[in-house]
Amino acid sequence: MTEIERNERYNKYVEAKIAKTHAWPSLFNAFWIGGFICVLGQIFNDLLLIWFPTMATQSAWTFTLIFLIFLASFLTGLGVFDKIAVYAGAGTIVPITGFSNSIASPAMEFKNEGIVFGMCAKMFVIAGPVIVFGTVASMIVGLIYLFL
Amino acid sequence: MLPWYEYLIVFCVGGLICMIGQILIISTKITTARILVLFEMIGVFLAAIDIYEPISAFAKAGINVPIVGFGASLAKGAINAVKAQGLLGVFTGGMASVAGGLAAAIGFGFLFGSLFKAKTKKF
Repeated sequence: MTEIERNERYNKYVEAKIAKTHAWPSLFNAFWIGGFICVLGQIFNDLLLIWFPTMATQSAWTFTLIFLIFLASFLTGLGVFDKIAVYAGAGTIVPITGFSNSIASPAMEFKNEGIVFGMCAKMFVIAGPVIVFGTVASMIVGLIYLFL
Repeated sequence: MLPWYEYLIVFCVGGLICMIGQILIISTKITTARILVLFEMIGVFLAAIDIYEPISAFAKAGINVPIVGFGASLAKGAINAVKAQGLLGVFTGGMASVAGGLAAAIGFGFLFGSLFKAKTKKF
């Protein structure tokens, strides 16, 4: 058996073992769960503004995001989030819940490797790029507006 | 509370953004980190060219809750801080505007990461 044949066989084996995402149902699931999370945020935001009418809009949005982040990390801890995520795909990744899950999940997973280099370092495996790109991009936008 | 059709708009816009993400996942096998960065950059761009505000006024949580809103918040914070403080705003604006969400994600991640044990994943 040549190397190429072996690689082909291996690829076929991986292809057969890999979890299949059926295109149409997964699009629908991503749509309704993503939409549902957004509506949940909107309802929380509206209730917040009813309970605290003096609150600034920006502060209310920050509280809404904090609420969703709390919910997502809690559900990640309970192991429920992963089950929803398998079903919903991007429906849970794209909302802020995905960012929260990407921090809480490795924190839980790598706890065994120690607090400093396990948990605290691995927390940012996925969130790190998001923070770095976001910070650098915001600085670039700031610089552009500074010289405009 | 808002009238019911406002929630329908929130649902549809939010769902549509997530569906675009799912299309990308299916067609390009893009990873989670790249999806998050990509959508965040879209948000930064929309805020930088000053068309995020009208979209946000229309779609509300539909665009604020997806990570697009996180990116837009970074860019808006930087722009406002530069207008108020000049050069210092370049460094403080973006981070300050998302500090709440970032601290919550890290804090709750640490808390629940310490409290709960990872479960064996079954797919």
